[in-house]
Formats: sequence, structure tokens, C-alpha cells
Amino acid sequence: MDKMPKWADVVLIPLISLILATAISALVILGIGEDPVAAVKIMVSGALGSTLGWGYTLYYATNFMFTGLAVAVAFHARLFNIGGEGQAMLGGLGVAVACLYIPWPHWSLALIGAGTLAALFGAAWAAIPAWLQARRGSHIVITTIMFNFIAASVLNYLVVDIMRPKGARDTATARFPDSVHLPTLHELLAPIGVPFSKAGPANVSLLVAVAACLLIWLLIWRSRLGYEIRAYGHSETGALYAGISPVRITMITMLISGGLAGMMAINNVMGEAERLVLNATEEAGFIGIAVALMGRSHPLGVFLAAILFGFLYQGGAELALMTQIPSELIVVIQALVILFTGALDNMVRMPIEKLFVTLGRMRA
Amino acid sequence: MMDFIAIPVLDSAIRLSTPLLLACLAGLFSERAGVYDIGLEGKMLMAAFFSAAVAAVTGSAWLGLLAGIAASMVLAAIHGVAAITFRGNQLISGVAINFLAAGLSLLIAQHWFQQGGRTPSLIGGGRFAPIDLPLAQTLAPVPVIGPIYSDLLSGHSALAYLAFLAVPASWWVLYRTRFGLRLRAVGENPAAVDTAGVSVVGLRFAAVMICGILCGVAGAYLATALQAGFVKDMTAGRGYIALAALIFAKWRPWQAMWACLLFGYLQAVALWYQKIDIWGLVIPVQAIDALPYVLTVVILAGFVGKAIPPRAGGEPYVKER
Repeated sequence: MDKMPKWADVVLIPLISLILATAISALVILGIGEDPVAAVKIMVSGALGSTLGWGYTLYYATNFMFTGLAVAVAFHARLFNIGGEGQAMLGGLGVAVACLYIPWPHWSLALIGAGTLAALFGAAWAAIPAWLQARRGSHIVITTIMFNFIAASVLNYLVVDIMRPKGARDTATARFPDSVHLPTLHELLAPIGVPFSKAGPANVSLLVAVAACLLIWLLIWRSRLGYEIRAYGHSETGALYAGISPVRITMITMLISGGLAGMMAINNVMGEAERLVLNATEEAGFIGIAVALMGRSHPLGVFLAAILFGFLYQGGAELALMTQIPSELIVVIQALVILFTGALDNMVRMPIEKLFVTLGRMRA
Repeated sequence: MMDFIAIPVLDSAIRLSTPLLLACLAGLFSERAGVYDIGLEGKMLMAAFFSAAVAAVTGSAWLGLLAGIAASMVLAAIHGVAAITFRGNQLISGVAINFLAAGLSLLIAQHWFQQGGRTPSLIGGGRFAPIDLPLAQTLAPVPVIGPIYSDLLSGHSALAYLAFLAVPASWWVLYRTRFGLRLRAVGENPAAVDTAGVSVVGLRFAAVMICGILCGVAGAYLATALQAGFVKDMTAGRGYIALAALIFAKWRPWQAMWACLLFGYLQAVALWYQKIDIWGLVIPVQAIDALPYVLTVVILAGFVGKAIPPRAGGEPYVKER
């Protein structure tokens, strides 16, 4: 039996899923008495119509690239890392420690130092569930969920009780010194004569995120380790026969995944807030799941899906500002994307596969 | 030290255990049939909203309860279609349902009531009133038994008593009926059940729908008994604590009750005390918050009594041809 062509799997199925999710979202907007076409117009002009909008869209997209890659890498080893949220929180702690307690001479060194510490903290937070999965067979989905909550408690304690300056009202650490301020897109683009809004929070971390997409592509498809990860994901027994150690692959994959999620903190903590605020991750760890599913776990797909979700988040914020539609509409769209591209994948896939089989027969 | 076992703390422990217990039993049915459910949180949240909304409009907590159960069952049906019919990833489906509930509940709340995503406060018949157990007043002056009976055990809502009655009922259904035997079998070895001529799909759907009903009651309890109305994200991770309790109890009903009482007690302690001082050792309240999750990880790790999930859990059943 002919299988369907690759382009259908990579482009057609995600596209149909996206159309289904969009159609139902439009029905939801109609249901609450608003105009979906007007809503889309507001979202597009709010998120893409100005460099300010782009500044926010790309800022959100940077977060989602890191968390999306984190989930995607784990998916290749057939591990579901639902703990990106907790790992990103710990990454924020790493950034705060690096920026508050080490005097950096220049932002570029600070970025390397804080990024490394963020990745280490995130990876460390993923290491325990990974080890428990590899050695004790504890289900990694459940342990990473539990570690999200434990991370929230740890951060609550450290930020509120320990790191908060005396007498401060906000639940946040002190502001980072000016020397670790990361250049925004405005500051990066101004010297080469491209005007970009001063207020948009997108910053140099975007370039790091894009570089991470490239590196992960090299890792997964152009390296021995990536081959081992994919082999393990396809068949655990097959990988075992090929001499690939499940424990080693589980540990390495989860450390990379946790490190990527932790790295998100250079964008939201170091680049935007410039201090560690409680709940700084704003569920970006979970949005990574939708991004990875939408992007079919491919770095290029993750890159595009992250920008799509960045657009949704900035557009949704604009909608809440301009209309009666609450920004939670985006959460619904996100849920529908996860549902159709993830859980209901077969519902979309089966009829299309059948269609291609019939087409193949007609041609023969 | 004695403060930690004072009647008011234990009383709130029971109140806070109730939604955990209902959600935990809900998860028990689903997971014992081999369908993982991390969407307990979302189903509770959706039920909390619809029960509060209908109770606010009609003034009847019972109609609210029915609406909550119906809303939760719709989400359960989506999970069933995704996980059973289309053999999708059960965990991803659960994540989607949690987001769907978080978004839709607020969207509809804002559209219907325009109060920033909450429902109006429930008054009178819109809430489940506390029920005084028989002789509660008479026994009150009796030392030891009096306060325990009339202050601790009496005065909860109908749904709380229902939750604790659901424990022996679940045990009976799972271990003493044909349906229960088949349900447990379908979670361990669906092929064997199929060979015996019993529908795997039917049994799993039944389990998922029972899960929906119980999550519905849990959500209604939150919004119309524990509190008076729906507020944003009011489940506050309870669905996940219930999941933790389910693992802690190793997927058994009576143990689930004890686990939920323990986790409810920890929540009550965290609620009543800002800092816990045990003989000079100060424990931050955040540590108490994290304790259920830490305990669950320890149990999952198998260092203290290994938790072994139902064998066919998480795997869609593909009929042999």
C-alpha cells in the first residue's frame, strides 16, 4: 500500500489541523458575540502592523522557540517533557544569581555567563525526573508535572523570603545592574540605520534562540548523538540491539531539553524584566508543547510555530485592549492547536491517508 | 504543636480533601481502565464554572451541580474520542483539555456576567448548605467525642458526604461487580477482554464518562460548597494533587481516601500557618505546599513501596486483525 507523500505529512496535515483550530476559534468568537474577521484584523495590525507590535511578537516567539525546542528534542526520544515550565523557572533563578552576584564587565560576557547558568539550572531540574525515568522507571510525565509544582514552591520561597530586597513590596528580586542590560532590537538595528520601536522588548536573545534552532537541527539530523536519540525514540529494543544505552540517551536528551527550557530565562528575565519576578515564565513552558506539536518537532517547524504563537499572544493582548474579547481567547486557540495537531492527529491523518491511497490506485 | 491537630485545622482538612477525593476517584476509574487522565484539572474547572453560573442564574445549587456534571462530561467525551476512538496520545489530550477549560471558562464567564471572569457571588439556595448530622447539638457538650462529632464530622455539605460515600461505592463497583472486574481487566490486558467478547472501547468510554461525572461533582463542590462562586483558575492545581494522591494510593480507592486526607491536611496547615515552628525548627510554608508533590515523586521512584500503574495505561488498544 502506498503511503502518502512526505509533503502531505509535513505541510498538509499541520495546515488542516490549523485550519480546523482556526475555524472552531472563529465559532467561539461568534459565540461570544464578536466579529471574527474584525478580530483577525485587530490581531494582525496589533502584532505585525508596527515595529512595536513586532517587538512584542518576536519577544514572545523567542520564549516559545526555547521551550518549543525543549519539548521537541525530548519528543525525538519519545519522552514527553511537560516540565518546561519548572525548568524555565529554575533557569530564571540561574540568570538572577549570575546577574545579581557576579560583576560583569560587559553584557556579552554576562549573556554567556547567565545563559550558561540558566541552562545548567534548567538541566539540573530535568535531571532528577530523567534519572528516575531511566533508572527507576518512574513515568516522566508525572514526575515532570510534580517538579513544576516543586519549582513554583522553591521559587516562591527564594524570591519572596530570601532574594527580595528588604522593605520591597513587589514579589521580585532587586533590579539587575545596568552592565548586564541586553541590547534590544532597537539598539541593535539603529547603528545600521533600520528604525525599530524603542518600547518592544525583543532583544539579542532572539538571535540566541535562532542559533539554538540551527544547533538542534545539526544535533538531531547531522550528528551521531542525534541519530541515537531518534533511533531510541523509534524503537527502544532496536536501539538496545544497536548498542545504544537507554539510560544514557534518556539522561542526555532530558539534560538538553531542560537546558533549552532554562535558557528561555535570558529572554524574559534578563532581556525583558531585568529582575526575577515571581511567575516570570507565564506558562511559556506549556506553550512549548503546542509549538513542538505544531512544528512537528522539527527545528524549522518550531521556529515558524513559535512566531505564529508569538503573533497569537501579542495579537490576543491587543484584542483584549481593543474589544470585549478577553485575552484568554488565545488559551482556547492554543488548546485547539494542541488537540488537533496532537491528540486528534489520527482524525485528520486517516482520511488523508485514505485519499492518497485511492488517488494512487486511480493512477495505477 | 497541638495546634496542628486542633479541630478548626482538621475541619478545613476535610473541606479541602473533598474535591481532591472526588477528582482522585475520577482518575481512579479512568486510569484503572487504561486511560491516563491529566485533564482532571480542566474538567473540574469547567464544572466549577458551569455549576456556579447555573446556580447563580437559577438560584438552585442542585441545578448547578447537574450543569457542572454535564460540562465535565463533554470534556470527558472529547478525551474519550481523542484517546479511545482516534487512539491519540492520552497525555497530550489531557493537556489540551486543561487549556481548553482554562480559556473557555473565563471567556464564557466574561461574556455572560461581565465581572472580570467571575460569576456573581452565590447566595441562599445557590450554595450547598452545611448539613447538621443527627444529634450534633445534643452530643456537643460531651468531652472528646462531642467536638469531634459535632464540629469536625457534622456541618459539611451534602457533596462532601457524597464524596466520602463514593469511596466504599467505588471499592464495591471495582472489586465486587462484573463491570468492575472487566474495567480493571481492560486496564491490565485489553486483548484478553476483547477475546472474551467484551467491548474494550465501550468499557473505556464508560470509565472515562464516570471520571467525567466525578470531576463534575468535584468542580461543583469547589464553586458552590467550598466557595460561593467561580473565580479565575479556582482549581489551583487540585487536579494535579489528585493525580499525585492517586499514585500515592497506588490506584486503590480506600488508600486514595487516606492520601487525599493527608494532602488536604497539608493544604489546611499551609492555609492556617504562615510559618511552621517545630521545636525551634522553622519550616517555610512553601515547603508544606510542595510536600504532596515531593512525596509522590518519592513513591514513584519506588524507594518506599513502588507504585506500579495499570499495565495497559496510556496505550490505545488496537484490535488484532
